[in-house]
Amino acid sequence: MSAAEGAPAPVRSAASAPPQAFTLPPAARRWGRVPDRWIARLSAAPAVLFLLALFLFPLLWAVVLSFSTYSATRNQPLEWVWFANYVDVLTSPQVWERAVITLVFVVGAVGLQTVVGFSIAFLLARRRRGRGALTILLLLPMMLSPVVIGAFWKLMLDAQFGVVNQIVRAFGGESILWLTQPRLALLSLIVVDSWQWTPFIMVIALAGLTAVPRYLFEAAEIDRASEWFKFRHITLPLVWPLLLIAVLFRAIDAFRLFDLVYVLTGGGPGSSTETLSYHLYKVAFQNSDTAVASAYGILMVIVVTLATQVYVRYLTKVQAR
Amino acid sequence: MSAQTRESSRVRTTIEVVLLAIAVAVMLFPAAWMLLTSLKDLQDVYAGSVVFSPTLENYRDVFVSRSAAGGASDLVRNFANSVIVTASATVLATVIGVPAAWAFSRFPLKGKKDQLFFILSTRFMPPVVVVIPLFVMYRTLHLYDTRIGLVLLYTAFNLPFTIWMMKGFIDEVPAEYEDAAMVDGYSRLQAFHKVALPLLLPGILATAVFSLIFTWNEFTFAVFLTGATSRTVPPAIAGLLGGQSTPWGLVAAAAMVFAVPVLAFGWFVRTHLVAGMTFGAVRR
Repeated sequence: MSAAEGAPAPVRSAASAPPQAFTLPPAARRWGRVPDRWIARLSAAPAVLFLLALFLFPLLWAVVLSFSTYSATRNQPLEWVWFANYVDVLTSPQVWERAVITLVFVVGAVGLQTVVGFSIAFLLARRRRGRGALTILLLLPMMLSPVVIGAFWKLMLDAQFGVVNQIVRAFGGESILWLTQPRLALLSLIVVDSWQWTPFIMVIALAGLTAVPRYLFEAAEIDRASEWFKFRHITLPLVWPLLLIAVLFRAIDAFRLFDLVYVLTGGGPGSSTETLSYHLYKVAFQNSDTAVASAYGILMVIVVTLATQVYVRYLTKVQAR
Repeated sequence: MSAQTRESSRVRTTIEVVLLAIAVAVMLFPAAWMLLTSLKDLQDVYAGSVVFSPTLENYRDVFVSRSAAGGASDLVRNFANSVIVTASATVLATVIGVPAAWAFSRFPLKGKKDQLFFILSTRFMPPVVVVIPLFVMYRTLHLYDTRIGLVLLYTAFNLPFTIWMMKGFIDEVPAEYEDAAMVDGYSRLQAFHKVALPLLLPGILATAVFSLIFTWNEFTFAVFLTGATSRTVPPAIAGLLGGQSTPWGLVAAAAMVFAVPVLAFGWFVRTHLVAGMTFGAVRR
């Protein structure tokens, strides 16, 4: 890291700098200082306050709303129904249907991008020349806004004039309804999300792969170990913990995916690509069931928190090995 | 090494290069296609032609209104909003976040671990969940569809990242440097300012650029908390996509104009990319 490399410089210059460059420190001003405790508190306070006001407070508000019959647009008397909204959400077959869709999406997308991303990283790690330049090129999709990506792919996957179908037709196939056939639409969503986030897995896996010490391979070479053995027993154990972190980040993001669905499919056709986040948006802003939506959202937060806890526990076990 | 194994390793290298070339092509093709589309008129878009006479009309439409009166287009206002909101939120998050990171790195604060975990957990919250009460709250406080409202929200949105990333950078600078300066008679803050800050500057810059990219691209909060006046570019582009017939040339040109700054900034922080995308959890 550049900060660490540059670190000793000021100390040396303070010790050996010529006298004219050395400004005398204000040794006399030792009294009347603010105590460290207060400096620390004052430095951290604005940030913590900001987050309390704009994340924790709204969340607590959502908890309060979730026990009521509040609606943001309908003018109706407020009633306290306690856990009725939670029961409604948990017993709604629609919600469970969306949960399954979300699960398919998360597993499909994260799985696909992990396999492809790791494979590309593996190929890149074996190249010496041009690795840096290639990596930068491959990172392009990750930098773009989901809206821009949604626009790209909506154009390319259009059934009539989309370039993907042009290619399909050029090979003698029929036009494929990528975004208007339920199963294909979900598949398209998975592919587009993977297009954007494969580079993320790739770049993290690459960081792990290039950090594997060469002498391990040389030792295995002397023992005439097979390629598969080297991969299974040297490469993978060293990259695995890093890959797990990457998968954690991706899984959380995939679970709460909203923007790409909004731009690419709008949840359609029917409800075949409605993730939980998208369904929640419809309940909250199209049906104006603010209270039910709050309960729905709180349940989602609980699910993601619990899943993360379990996963992190597994992760620390792997890292401890 | 025998001739046969050398031959097979050469075949293998060729296969690997071909596979990599395919990967690069797949990753770059959509962007290239969008660039082409931005230079086409609508007829060429629908024809899907590869050979066409390029036009810059679409780029003109991004900035100049089509109406008879002329003048600036709606997108110009969206771009102005995006620039103002992104710049303010980035500066604010950096100014508030860096001291907090310093405090968390250097001092034994009460409940430090809990606070840090709380800060991180805000990153995992689905935006749609936060946006529901926030929408109600902003309407009451008259912050709905204001730039200030967006700036405040994006500051909070960038703070967890700024704090975690900067804490990593600050942890790498030994606290002894500041202690030594304090022995020389500097106060705490002077020591931070004179000794630590110059060393941290590259890290602060990289962190700020990441905040810039995240804010610039953000869509979900923007679409729910803005109306016509303070709308940023991402929801505006999404709005163009939603209608009966999409003006594809305009969408493509707007997307290009919108994406170029991000790519430039991404290039700028390319060495920090892994750390930046994982909250500093993974560093090289």
